[in-house]
Amino acid sequence: MDVTLMLWIDAALTLMILSFLYRDNPFYKFAEHLFVGVSAAYLMAVGFWDHLVPNLLGKLFPSLMSGVVPGAVDRSPDYYYLIPAVFGLLLLTRLIDRWAWLSRWALAFIVGGAAGFNLPRFLDSDFIIQVQSTMIPLVVLDASGNLLWGASFSHVVLVLGVICGLVYFFFSVEHKGVLGHVSRAGIWVLMVTFGAAFGYTVMARISLLTGRMEALGAWLGSIF
Amino acid sequence: MRIPDSILQIDRRIIFLLIGAAVCIPLLLKPRFQDSPTPIVQSIFDTVERLPSGSRVFLSFDYGPDTAPELDPMAKALVRHTMTRGHEVSFFTLFPEGVGQIKKITDNLLPVEFPDKAYGRDFVNLGYKAGLGGAINTMVVNFRTLVNADAEGTPLDDLPITADVDEMVDYVIILSLTAGDPGLKEWIQFAGDIAGIPVMGGGTAVVAPELYPYYPQQLVGLMGGLKGASEYESALVDRYPAYRNATMEATMRMGPQVVTHVLIVLLVLLGNLAYFLGRSGRADRTGRTGQGNRTG
Repeated sequence: MDVTLMLWIDAALTLMILSFLYRDNPFYKFAEHLFVGVSAAYLMAVGFWDHLVPNLLGKLFPSLMSGVVPGAVDRSPDYYYLIPAVFGLLLLTRLIDRWAWLSRWALAFIVGGAAGFNLPRFLDSDFIIQVQSTMIPLVVLDASGNLLWGASFSHVVLVLGVICGLVYFFFSVEHKGVLGHVSRAGIWVLMVTFGAAFGYTVMARISLLTGRMEALGAWLGSIF
Repeated sequence: MRIPDSILQIDRRIIFLLIGAAVCIPLLLKPRFQDSPTPIVQSIFDTVERLPSGSRVFLSFDYGPDTAPELDPMAKALVRHTMTRGHEVSFFTLFPEGVGQIKKITDNLLPVEFPDKAYGRDFVNLGYKAGLGGAINTMVVNFRTLVNADAEGTPLDDLPITADVDEMVDYVIILSLTAGDPGLKEWIQFAGDIAGIPVMGGGTAVVAPELYPYYPQQLVGLMGGLKGASEYESALVDRYPAYRNATMEATMRMGPQVVTHVLIVLLVLLGNLAYFLGRSGRADRTGRTGQGNRTG
């Protein structure tokens, strides 16, 4: 597509979306609906060409798909893929009230398969190794035995932060006395975390706005 | 209306205008805010730097055009660095929209800045693969099951850069630029922690806080948002002064970031000040009214 035309479309749609900052209007609605429609169509096309064709049709009918699936011409049909094909079709029975219950089989397989597939990885990466990462020395010394103040402070903050955060979510005992103070410190840890996340989100949004402003600048530059 | 109340009820469109000005004015004036790399970014740079020339690097573009203003500068900095060091780079994506992001690098940046680098010898585009974390798992278990050709359908055996690649562990490091799920987290879970391949990369500022807990045991380093990209660019310029005149997008975009952040901090302070002044004013008036009622 012509670069100038792309710049104009880019700028027009950006201005239409940004016009919402003033108030809701038909230009914004048009751009919004266009975005939803194009995204849905794009995902459908991706779903067909990048998921169904190589991962199902290319396995079941390799000779038919040889033009679009690399290496398919040398393969023989793999009829095990009829099982996921049937499960995929079962999902579509949700569209027919009388047979909708059949879709639960496919859903049960998806839920069970995903849980079984992800559980060991999350348990290992997000729990066991994370616990290991918290078991660190509170006093950090360099090779000569000198105290590293910065690293030691970081480790103390990390360990205390984890303990206080965990105590806040420990509801089996009433948060009174020492536990209450630790729990209150846990709230502060959580607030700092949320604040940091908010600060990062601001940075992300400003980065995107900067990108749009640069695009508008390129458009104006092409005019003047 | 009293001043604190008028501040608290300011038209939000005025805030939008102020933010717009805070972004546009630095873009026009182009002030330079040179960053220095923090340890978490420096460790990525050092790892790439220390690899012997010709090392196989796996670079996954796990993002689309919606987050390109944040992640494109990281991609360019990493590609410049790996190419300058003479590494062999395999581009890949777990996002369907990532294909376009890879093409921007292979079609625009590489031919201009590295004309001596050849497709299939120095870099290759392995394209998009569906399956989220499952795709990574399959690649770790049997790489060729999922990836048997490049994005154009050329068999891996026909490309010098991938002819010897049979397993994921044939790559010495995995770099991922992440906009969400799937991304760095999945590369850590399904490749780094299982196969022991060092994982590092960058993430949008929104996902970065989720990834920090993996550093340093499971994640070698992390570029968090535009600031992380800017730090990597400064490390690159420090080490390779030839890049001093190159367009460093993240460093340029830090101008709007700094000004906007200062503005937001001032607005937050102003809002809080107005709130507390207004509250104490209302309390004073209520107190006076209450006293009058009692004496009356």
